[in-house]
Amino acid sequence: MATTDFTLAELLICACAEVWRDDGEVLATGIGIIPRLAQGLAKLTHSPELMITDGEAYLTEEPVVLGAKNHDGRRYGGWMPYARVFDNVWGGRRHALVGPVQVDRWGQANISCIGEFARPKRQLLGLRGFPGNSINHVNSFFVPNHGPRVFVDKEVDVVCSVGYKPERWPAGVKQDYMRIHRIVTDLCVMDFGGRNDEGGHAIRVISLHPGITFEQVQAATGFPLLQADNLGETAHPTEEQLAIIRRLDPKDMRSKQIKDNPPGRR
Amino acid sequence: MALNKELSVKDIVAELRDGMTIGIGGWGPRRKPMAIVREILRSDLKDLTLVGYGGTDMGMLAAAGKVKKLIYAFVSLDFIPLEPFFRKAREAGSIQGVELDEGQLHWGLRAAAMRIPFLPTRVGLGTDQLTKVYPDLRTVTSPYDDGEVLLAIPAIKLDVALLHVHKADRLGNVRLYAPDPFFDELFARAADRSYVSCEELVDRIDGDEIDARFNLVERNLVNGVALTPGGAHPTSNVSIHGGGYGWDVAHLKRYCAAAEEDGGWQKYAEEFLRGDEAAYQQAVGGADAILRLPRQVF
Repeated sequence: MATTDFTLAELLICACAEVWRDDGEVLATGIGIIPRLAQGLAKLTHSPELMITDGEAYLTEEPVVLGAKNHDGRRYGGWMPYARVFDNVWGGRRHALVGPVQVDRWGQANISCIGEFARPKRQLLGLRGFPGNSINHVNSFFVPNHGPRVFVDKEVDVVCSVGYKPERWPAGVKQDYMRIHRIVTDLCVMDFGGRNDEGGHAIRVISLHPGITFEQVQAATGFPLLQADNLGETAHPTEEQLAIIRRLDPKDMRSKQIKDNPPGRR
Repeated sequence: MALNKELSVKDIVAELRDGMTIGIGGWGPRRKPMAIVREILRSDLKDLTLVGYGGTDMGMLAAAGKVKKLIYAFVSLDFIPLEPFFRKAREAGSIQGVELDEGQLHWGLRAAAMRIPFLPTRVGLGTDQLTKVYPDLRTVTSPYDDGEVLLAIPAIKLDVALLHVHKADRLGNVRLYAPDPFFDELFARAADRSYVSCEELVDRIDGDEIDARFNLVERNLVNGVALTPGGAHPTSNVSIHGGGYGWDVAHLKRYCAAAEEDGGWQKYAEEFLRGDEAAYQQAVGGADAILRLPRQVF
């Protein structure tokens, strides 16, 4: 049963959890508090077959509780050092939910730097795993600050993760293993199910968060968006989902993830 | 003659030369051979090329002007996502950066370990790495019927690898009991010489079958071992057998705050690096305090 009282962070956790529905036995990796809670929620609700880690080097069937003081009581199904994470990535058996700094209309994302690479105006994290993740397995994005500085009008400053721009895929370069599934923001949920004039993938809004209009989303985006035919409201958290979220995050770390911790209905 | 590979940290650093390419094991704020790094900071070495999954090692050596080039997948302290002295050096344009995908870095080390010029991968295609970040990268075309175009990650040959482990013996056998060994093995295999600092040093490790599986690499890849209890501080050195230590959050915050001050690095160095390792440990609260730092829980 949907509830009336929930925060935006809780709504986003539930929307993020949806990205892993029907993925099968992939390694689900959510980077950051909200994506991490979402991966646990997905596993404990619709997708128990997902593989997740304890945030370090072990696979666990029971999502770890955020903010735990020690490792007491943790039980592991197996070992998952970074060497095996890369093996899962390169073998395509993973779906990551990551937080890019810039995203363009082709779904290309940047976390490396702003400005010239040789002497950046602002050094960001670097390429990290974006090139490898994006060309090898399904990815989704979490953007808690939907605005034109994130969803840029031109191409991102440094293309770290691949997208659907045809010029980036010359003959012989295999695009078969890439897919960007969803973009969950603080305003809406989007996917790449639209078609642009050239027949390529285009970003479309598939649901709006409570109280948000398509016009607001468009105004906060540096490129034109499409609307899904059945554009509706993002599903509200259920009591069952909220109970799981509270159990996984007893210290309410989720309340500090979005400025002023706004309510889910705006 | 019986092998004895025991060295001091000073002996190890005496083996290094200006302009060398040095790979450093660990990952971000985890298991960095910091006692060796501190000795490099005290030395006159310069123009180094550093390779690794960087943390305070790369940040401090960049801050101290020891670095010409960094070959990195990231330089991060995990809970502080961007190493602040690395950021400063990059934004000042004072070091050459070769930025790799995390998987590409292990691939380049593996190519060096196998003594081949490159290893192919799809990783990096379709991105700006080939144009803006690392224009020296080249592609290869599969000689088989598929004709696929792949990226050729060049071998990352190391002059020296520096690693930190839990236990070593004087023959050069090592034991690494970390939850994740990361890619330390590949650093050792990619290097002409490897030097290892350790929490415990014995004459000869005689483990059982289970313990033997924790040897990171064979001893013929280890050229020297130095006893440095607490030597990974301020990075962590967790052991799956219990014990070990977490990273020093308070010290790392203090260190990062220095990056925000004018002359902050000099002040940090003045406060913590003037004396030897014993003086350093005293300055950060003592050897016992290091070994009691709690393991991080994720």
